[in-house]
Amino acid sequence: MPRVKGHPLARMITYSLIAAVLGTVAVLLLDWFPVEASTAAGSIDRLYDVLLIASVPIFVLVMAVAIYSVIKFRARPGDLGDGAPIHGNTRLEILWVTVPFIMVTTLAVYGWLVLDDLEAKEPNTLVVEVRAQQFAWRFTYPGEGGLKANQLVLPKDRPVEFRVTTNDVVHDFWVPQFRLKTDTVPGLTTKLRVTPSRLGRYDVVCAELCGIGHSTMRQAVRVVPQSEYSSWAANARKQQKTVGGETPTEPENPGKQ
Amino acid sequence: MTLAARLAAPGWWRALISQPIGFAVALGLTVGVRALYGYEPVFDWEAIVTVAMIALPLAFLVGIGCFDYWFRWASGARTVPEDHSGHGARSWKDYFKVNTDHKVIGIQYICTTFFFFIAGGLMAMVMRAELAQPGTQFVEPNTYNGLFSVHASLMIFLFIIPVFAGIANYVIPLMIGAPDMAFPRLNALSFWMLPTAGILMLASFFAEGGAFATGWTAYAPLSTETPLGQTFFNVAVQFAGASSIATALNFLVTIITMRAPGMTFWRMPLLVWANFTTSLLVVIATPFIAGSQFFVLFDRALGTHFFDPAGSGDVLMYQHVFWFYSHPAVYIMMLPGFGIVSEVISANARKPVFGYRMMAFSLMAIVVLGFTVWAHHMFVSGMFSWLRVPMMITTMLIAVPTGIKIFSWLATLWRGVIHLTTPMLFALGFITMFTLGGISGIMLAVIPVVIHVSDTYFVVAHIHYVLFGGSVFTIFAGIYHWFPKMTGRMYDEGLGKVHFWLSFVFFNLTFGPMHFVGIDGMPRRVADYAESFATLNVIISVSSFVFGLSFLVFLYNIITSWRNGPKAAANPWRAHTLEWQVSSPPPIFNFDEVPTVVGGPYEYGVPGAVHGVFKEKKGAAVPAGAGGAPPPSE
Repeated sequence: MPRVKGHPLARMITYSLIAAVLGTVAVLLLDWFPVEASTAAGSIDRLYDVLLIASVPIFVLVMAVAIYSVIKFRARPGDLGDGAPIHGNTRLEILWVTVPFIMVTTLAVYGWLVLDDLEAKEPNTLVVEVRAQQFAWRFTYPGEGGLKANQLVLPKDRPVEFRVTTNDVVHDFWVPQFRLKTDTVPGLTTKLRVTPSRLGRYDVVCAELCGIGHSTMRQAVRVVPQSEYSSWAANARKQQKTVGGETPTEPENPGKQ
Repeated sequence: MTLAARLAAPGWWRALISQPIGFAVALGLTVGVRALYGYEPVFDWEAIVTVAMIALPLAFLVGIGCFDYWFRWASGARTVPEDHSGHGARSWKDYFKVNTDHKVIGIQYICTTFFFFIAGGLMAMVMRAELAQPGTQFVEPNTYNGLFSVHASLMIFLFIIPVFAGIANYVIPLMIGAPDMAFPRLNALSFWMLPTAGILMLASFFAEGGAFATGWTAYAPLSTETPLGQTFFNVAVQFAGASSIATALNFLVTIITMRAPGMTFWRMPLLVWANFTTSLLVVIATPFIAGSQFFVLFDRALGTHFFDPAGSGDVLMYQHVFWFYSHPAVYIMMLPGFGIVSEVISANARKPVFGYRMMAFSLMAIVVLGFTVWAHHMFVSGMFSWLRVPMMITTMLIAVPTGIKIFSWLATLWRGVIHLTTPMLFALGFITMFTLGGISGIMLAVIPVVIHVSDTYFVVAHIHYVLFGGSVFTIFAGIYHWFPKMTGRMYDEGLGKVHFWLSFVFFNLTFGPMHFVGIDGMPRRVADYAESFATLNVIISVSSFVFGLSFLVFLYNIITSWRNGPKAAANPWRAHTLEWQVSSPPPIFNFDEVPTVVGGPYEYGVPGAVHGVFKEKKGAAVPAGAGGAPPPSE
């Protein structure tokens, strides 16, 4: 069998292509994110998939050239010679400037479009005020007569605008299943638009170091059907009027989880 | 020496008595001013400690002798003829004094920074022990917060930034054919400011309320309200920052004015380019972190309201000022490493660095672009929303010059004659790990994705891939590569390889899984976490312990080789750059004759090419393709 010139190179390219495809499929199949519980989660998770598709081939390329070089061009024992005096290759250098530039520009534009979509104003928005303090969250529903609650209860499929403030230091309001987060800044009101899209119970966590209790600053958020939300809000308002204090943390009808 | 003579001469005795004197000054100043203003109580311990933590390090620097020459000159006294006794090391004791020799200072830097690397690394081990299981097992939350804050601060300000300065301090004057740095006394002062910063950070553990616990980022208003430990950070950063700025000035002047005849900018080795561009970053950016920490210090100690909304302060302003430095800081922590990789790869692949001019231009592009991306650390901070997209664009653009470098190093390997020495292994490990870190960095630039992963373990994964798999791997490469030059002995190649493989494997097992727990919802800077993250965390913790142990192999190798290793030749790597054309270790004043540079620094494979020649010495510099001692066994 005659030795074909460049054959090892063809083998490297073939193996790399196989590795790139297998690698990309593998990372796409992995379950990276928590469950998708907001309309934002879908776009963000898809965007991440696109980033994976762009990234794996690049990593495989770098590994392939490095491994191939180390094997093919390894010095034989006692070889004190030098390599080929290659100083550069203008065409190659132009290629590896323009291709990455095009890739990052495309990804930036895609990211921008997704961002605008996530932050677009929606009709029928429920406003919830979130107040962060060391080390708990307090929620107020201005649309429900100023109802105050320790637990966040949200109706499914209705856009929410969180208006986030703090008593003391910078915290960060985050529900991983919703994906979106915002810092709380003393002196400012920061805003977050989320449309919960899945029933269930999730955690609000604090995602900015705020002191000793930072890791314990976790509270529940429940996404419930619209009817259940309405009855919870109505009952809670009644209780707040009679008791004159904050609502209990559990609604009257625990119902579905 | 009589006691009086000991106390009058610069050195540790005088430094010792400087401490009570400095304390007395601090005490007098604080009590006096408080009495004049009528503040109650006049004796306020916190106020006294705050002033003392500035006065005592300054007193130490005066006592040990950093300012003697300048004070004497400023006083108008007659100059003392220079006998160069304070220059160069003739015994181990010289390494513990104020010494103006850049080679001594370089080794002082490297040994001191590795001490703080060990301290910071041990803190990480305690953190990982705590994080092995959900719940609290070993440390209280406040202690835990102190641990990660001091860990990061030591690693950044007392290890990565200064160890690169130390390696460059040793190598660059030799590489450009100079007898020393432009300002040797300033160089000595720069070094001695460093242990003062590190001791202050460690001392914060003894303050009431514990170590500073607001992260190395120290966001206001948390940092303006926490106990005294925070002030130690505010002051320590000033000393570390001053050290860094003075060194950078020194490098800039040295590189611009002291290159050997014939060494144009385009004939400089890339390590020199890398440190030149890094020094530009340092002098422009570092004053901003100094400023941010002064603002916090003033809010804490002087009643200002920089970050108090009730006093017309602006909380977000802290973050803008802080990150305006701290983003360039990450390039300060990487660019010298890029220089080291260019040196190691060209020598061990026996090839010119591919695309040398673009490599230099890409360094400059990173410097410029590096100043335009700071707010990518603030995407979810509540800052002006219109700033986010421009910052995303500039951040993604930085991938282009960085990519040029990675591809150029790969092309340098191509058709080379590759020797897999320990420095080369670390350089190759760097290329692959830094690529991964860069990929997670691109992901972190895309706003919708980063809104989810901001402040999670995904960020912790990214930073350790670029700072450990990136910077620290290049530091190891540099230490192994120049070890023979610095010590005159060769390290053990077998142990070097063991160190590399253990580090590489367990580094990935430690930090790889962090990408997953982060995306899955685990925030960073938490001592406790939800049950669902338990499995991956215990894997990470156990891997991190083995990873930590792997460092012992390095320590053992370096220490035993320094003491008993085989004597090293002048040029064990058969490299062309000027530092290899003098003995190992070099003569005290580096060159018996100033070399003349006649060609590029990496002309391997070009018949008859030389980089520098000694006109009077017989047998010039090592031409391309020549023999010499074979490199250590691979």
